[in-house]
Parts: sequence; C-alpha cells; structure tokens
Amino acid sequence: MATPLQSRALNPSFAGLEPCRRPRRFLGRPHGLRLAPPSPGLSSCCSGLSASAGVAPLTARKAVAPRPASAAAAAGAAGEPATSFHGLCYVVRDNIDTDQIIPAEYLTLVPSNPAEYEKLGSYALIGLPESYETRFIEPNETKTKYKIVIGGENFGCGSSREHAPVALGAAGVVAVVAESYARIFFRNSVSTGEVYPLETDVRICEECRTGDTVTIELAESKLINHTTGKEYELKPIGDAGPVIEAGGIFAYARKTGMIPSQAA
Amino acid sequence: MASSTVIPPPTAPFATGKKEFGLSGFCSSQPFSSRKSRKSASKKIVSVMAPQQAERRPATTGSVKNAMTMTEKILARASEKPALSPGDNVWVDVDVLMTHDVCGPGSFGIFKKEFGENAKVWDREKIVIIPDHYIFTSDERANRNVDILRDFCKEQNIKYFYDIKDLSDFKVNPDYKGVCHIALAQEGHCRPGEVLLGTDSHTCTAGAFGQFATGIGNTDAGFALGTGKILLKVPPTLRFVMEGEMPEYLMAKDLILQIIGEISVAGATYKSMEFVGSTVESLNMEERMTLCNMVVEAGGKNGVVPADSTTFEYLKDKTSKPYEPVYSDEKARFLSEYRFDISKLEPLVAKPHSPDKRALARECKDVKIDRVYIGSCTGGKTEDFLAAAKVFLASGKKVKVPTFLVPATQKVWLDLYTLPVPGSGGKTCSQIFEEAGCDTPASPSCGACLGGPRDTYARMNEPKVCVSTTNRNFPGRMGHKEGQIYLASPFTAAASALTGYVTDPRDFLQ
Repeated sequence: MATPLQSRALNPSFAGLEPCRRPRRFLGRPHGLRLAPPSPGLSSCCSGLSASAGVAPLTARKAVAPRPASAAAAAGAAGEPATSFHGLCYVVRDNIDTDQIIPAEYLTLVPSNPAEYEKLGSYALIGLPESYETRFIEPNETKTKYKIVIGGENFGCGSSREHAPVALGAAGVVAVVAESYARIFFRNSVSTGEVYPLETDVRICEECRTGDTVTIELAESKLINHTTGKEYELKPIGDAGPVIEAGGIFAYARKTGMIPSQAA
Repeated sequence: MASSTVIPPPTAPFATGKKEFGLSGFCSSQPFSSRKSRKSASKKIVSVMAPQQAERRPATTGSVKNAMTMTEKILARASEKPALSPGDNVWVDVDVLMTHDVCGPGSFGIFKKEFGENAKVWDREKIVIIPDHYIFTSDERANRNVDILRDFCKEQNIKYFYDIKDLSDFKVNPDYKGVCHIALAQEGHCRPGEVLLGTDSHTCTAGAFGQFATGIGNTDAGFALGTGKILLKVPPTLRFVMEGEMPEYLMAKDLILQIIGEISVAGATYKSMEFVGSTVESLNMEERMTLCNMVVEAGGKNGVVPADSTTFEYLKDKTSKPYEPVYSDEKARFLSEYRFDISKLEPLVAKPHSPDKRALARECKDVKIDRVYIGSCTGGKTEDFLAAAKVFLASGKKVKVPTFLVPATQKVWLDLYTLPVPGSGGKTCSQIFEEAGCDTPASPSCGACLGGPRDTYARMNEPKVCVSTTNRNFPGRMGHKEGQIYLASPFTAAASALTGYVTDPRDFLQ
C-alpha cells in the first residue's frame, strides 16, 4: 500500500504542508496600513514552498470532487475556479484555542460520519466566552452567515482535534485569516481541505469588525474589507493552496497521481 | 543537505558553541559499561542500546559538516537520510501510531474511505489503541465510540488494544489502562530514538524517552494507518538548559510553566524543544514526562530529553524491543538557547485563561478557590500523587475545598493503594488522602481535564475557580466557559486545597 507513496516520497509539491515562519511580533506593528499593489518583498521570508505561489496562480484549477462543504466547494459553485471568497467576516482575538472552536463535550461526534459532520458544524465557535456578543451561528441554525473568520495570533492552539477545522468548514467557513496559527490546526486545515488558513502580517483583528463585508483574492493574496475600504496583503498560501482546493491531502494525491485514483 | 543551507531568522541567531558543558556533561556521566552488563543480564532485552560513539551511520557521528540535534537525527534515521536540516520535508516511517476514543473512530473512517472497506492497516503490531477520554459516562455516542474502537481492533487484529467493557467497575477490566500518554510509557511503547505519532496533542509527552513524538489529526492518522508514513517538516530546535539543584518544593510542572511563561503559548510553534542540564538529568521519568507533556502549550512540535541511565532503568522491564538512543551532536545547531538556574525558581501557577500567564504561587495567595483537581497526563501520575500526599502529610490538616483525584491509569490507581508514602510510617497515598478529606480516587481516565460529557466526574459545570495539575486553562477547558483554572504543580495544588486559596507549597513543606 505504501509503494505509490514511496515512489513519490519527495514530490516537492506535496511537501509544503507547514509554512515557514517569520520571527514573531507579539505587539504587532503600526496599524492602518493601506497596502498598495502587493509587494513582492513580503513573500521573501518564506522558503520555496510558498514563494512559488505567485507564479502559479490558482485561476486555472478546478475543484475536483470536493467534500460537501469543503472550502473549495463552497467557494466555487459548479466547478468555478476557487480564487476569491466573498462574504461577511467574524472577528476573534488571539490564542483562540480548539476548545473555543469546538468544546470537548462535542468531540463524541465523528467527523467522518456525514450526519455528525453537519452537527459538528452547528457547534462551531460555541466555546467562545460571553464577551463575544454576536453569535457565530444563530440559535436553531446549523450554518453560519460568516464565511470568513478573522483572528489574531496563534489561532487554533491547543488540542490536535481535527474536529476544529472540520467544525468551521462544516459550518460554512471558507477561510480563516489570522496573524499566525498553531501548527496542528494549520496542518489539519490543509489535510482536510476544510478551510484556507491564511496569514497576514497586519493585526486585522483590530481593524475589522464582525459583520464587515470582505473579499479574499487568493491569487493576489489580498483581503479587501469593503465596509472600511481597506486592503490587506496576505502571505501566499503556497503549495498548500492546491491541496485545500482539491479537498484535502487524499483528494490532492489522487488528483495529481501520487496515489491511485480510487481505492477499492 | 549541508547545514549551511539553514537560514536562521535574523532575530534568533544560532546558539552554537555556547554549550560549555555540552554533551559531555551528560554522556560522560552515563555508566555505559555497567548499563550494558545489566542489559545483557536481562533475558527480555534482545539488543543493547548503543551509545553515541557507536552509531553506525557516518553522518551521525558528529562530524562538523553534519552535526545534528536529537530531533534531526531521529527524523533522519526514520526517513533513511544521511542528514537533515530544519525545514527539510521528509517522509518518515512511523514506529508507533496511537489513537483513542475521541479521534480513533474518525481516523478509521478516513482510513476506510480512502483505502477501501476491506483495507488492512500497515502493521497491526505498531498501532496502539487506548480508550481513555470519555469512558465513565452514560453518553451514548461516547460509549459507541469505544465500541467502534473494539470492532476495528477485532477486524484488524490489532495487537495492543487496552479495552474496557464493564464501565461499572474499571478494576474488572484487566486490559484497561487509562490515559494514553501514561499508558504508552507504562506498557513499554515509548523507546529512545523512535518516532511515535498520536491523534492527541499531548503525544509529545513521550519525548521524555528521547524519541520523536508529536500529535496529528485524523486525516494524517488515517493516512498513517494505511501507509505507516507521515510527511514531516524537520523542526529547528530550541534548547533549554536547566542547571542547579531542584529545591524540594518544586516539580517539573514549575519548570515547564516557567518556560512557557518565558516564551509564550506560541514561542515554540513549529519547533522542537530539547531539555538538558543537571536539573533535567536529576528528574525521574514521570517528571521528564511532565516537562515534555506541555511543550505543545508553547506551540512546540515535540520535546525531547536525552535518554540516560534513568531512562534505561525505567525501560528495563517494560520492553524487549531493541532501541537505539541518539543524542545531539556537540556542534548541533540550535535556534536559540535558554538557561535557567532552577535553584532560584519559586513555585508557579498559570493564571486564567492561558498557560503562559505565569505568576508566582505566593503572588496569588488572595485568590479564593472552590476546588482542586489532581489528575491527567500532566499531573495524574504516581509521582504527582506522592507529591500531593507529602504536602497533606506535612500539614496533618484537612482540605478546605473539594479535592478531586483522578489517577491517570489503572497502574497509578493501584500505586495509590499500595505504595507506602516515604516518611509516613507506611501509609499509602489513599490513606493520607482520606485522612485529609479528599474525594476517593476516581476511575482512571482523562476525566475533567478537558471537560468532556456533562456527567464526567469533577467536570466544572458551574463557573468555579479551580487549582488544577492539568495542562490547559483556556476558557471552557474543564467544562464551564466562565470557570477559572489555575494550572499548578501537585505540591501547589495540595497546598491550595488545604487553605482554600492559591498557596505556595513552602507554607507546608518548610
């Protein structure tokens, strides 16, 4: 069973699940940056993994057999290229841990079970403290009206539960934009293809408000807040992008021929 | 693959050449020859571990060009590469894959969906399945998830499945262990130099044995179940040098809270954390496990403690598999190095709601608490309960708040009822706890560390203030979103139970 993988063991395009990190800036930087056309300099911090994203725009790609509510499917209806996401944003702060994204009492739900997958979605971000006055999902609803979650530092820290990106994806979230991610959350987001974990150097969780209308242009690595009229540069998602677009590592590996196209 | 390809972030220069005590510090102190003879005397051990100078691969002999850290060496061996540098992406062979009742069913679901209904796991002897999270509950879905584990293990003929069928009394389930990370160690699944993956973020606990151990999600686990492989990026290593005699009122929990407070909850994101120095060498295995357990609370990918005579002694009657420890080369590159004089450290807590909100226990003496919880993979081991018993014994008083005790495993539970507490005239922990007015030790499991189903023992169903020996204090972690959790060592937890306030254990131990 391992042979097809072994033969491609070092396929460089599959080897980019973890982005290279910059030195941390805990206090952020001066805000209110209105970014002109994306500056190429910003991507230079990353190794070849993400630096190549700019030359390989996603426009030509199509979602191939994505999961029902995966990021790619939600973004591109009927095979449209998943290059931009548009919708309302929900804003959270630093260190949103997996217990706030999906509290442990709901971990009895098994994500690979379709009915329980949907139910997980209905509990997404239910663990946020009462200080978050706006609910992420309205009572008696199972989906969120916020397609994009905006966070601060270290989003998704804590547990390795894959239920966390799954709950967000199942609730209808397409992308999270944060200053940084906890390692396992980032990886689980990519492996499952549930949400795009996008990064920005700007502390946008202090500049955007829940309910603002935003657009993410993936190919241009840009986030536009239409409510405030500001634009922000995102770090390129790099080779993780096509994996998420395909619907996760298995779908991507099949699509690119790394593993046989269909299991028994 | 030369090390010169590593480009450190400009703000964090490599700390090479700073280790004046270096490797020789702990290598030379290891009685290799005596250990070997002890090993060969044991019938169970089929091979002896080789010290660093006997490594077979030229690239890992510590030559200038390919000097590597422990983590780099383990991953190099597991990926059959002569040398690795931080940032390299490699396919790694998995030695042990662990999953439990919370993530097992989902991982099996992905495995079946992707590899086929009739697919077989890559190696039925390398998979360890440990129900431990939601066991003693009437929650039907939680119970069903344990059934799913059982069905899968039967179908796949999994060799290591620590099952529980009779929930009314854990003691009638001889196979049942309890908290996976402690069970892995106690059952001999942790071995130096190996790669251990688990669908739980605290899988990093096993780094205490000088192995690479990290937490993964269901999809990666589903992939590993079918292939025995995982794609990993080689992490750079942060080195923590802890020197000085550990005061008798401190525990490894204080050390790791100190470190997390220093580097923050994201300070080690994507990185390996290596713990060395005379203090670390003096720690027993359970304390080393506490240290490595919480590296994920700093964002770390893994934590490691170099294997030494303490490690080999612990493993002596636990595994018959050959293993080969590796050690960081003297010229290995570390992203940065932190030094601590432990003799000057004071008992610490992490205040709500983040493990890096470090404070001195004595600074929080006015914080009134409602309860104390001693348990989990972090603070529910035998040594943790012995420490708590020591405080109760020294005070001779009764607890002022409900004090919940949840042994991590069945073995720990048994120890509470059988091991005499030093200096007590032969009393066991359970006797001392009873005299102090604690709750009777509960059935071993993850318990209320992560809240769990509503009927979980000691779950915080109201907004209480708790001093806990567990690992996380994010909002809602132990149940109620408005609950407040002070993370602390078992010493500090027991001292706090005696006063009803957050309390420095020196009030009782000195």
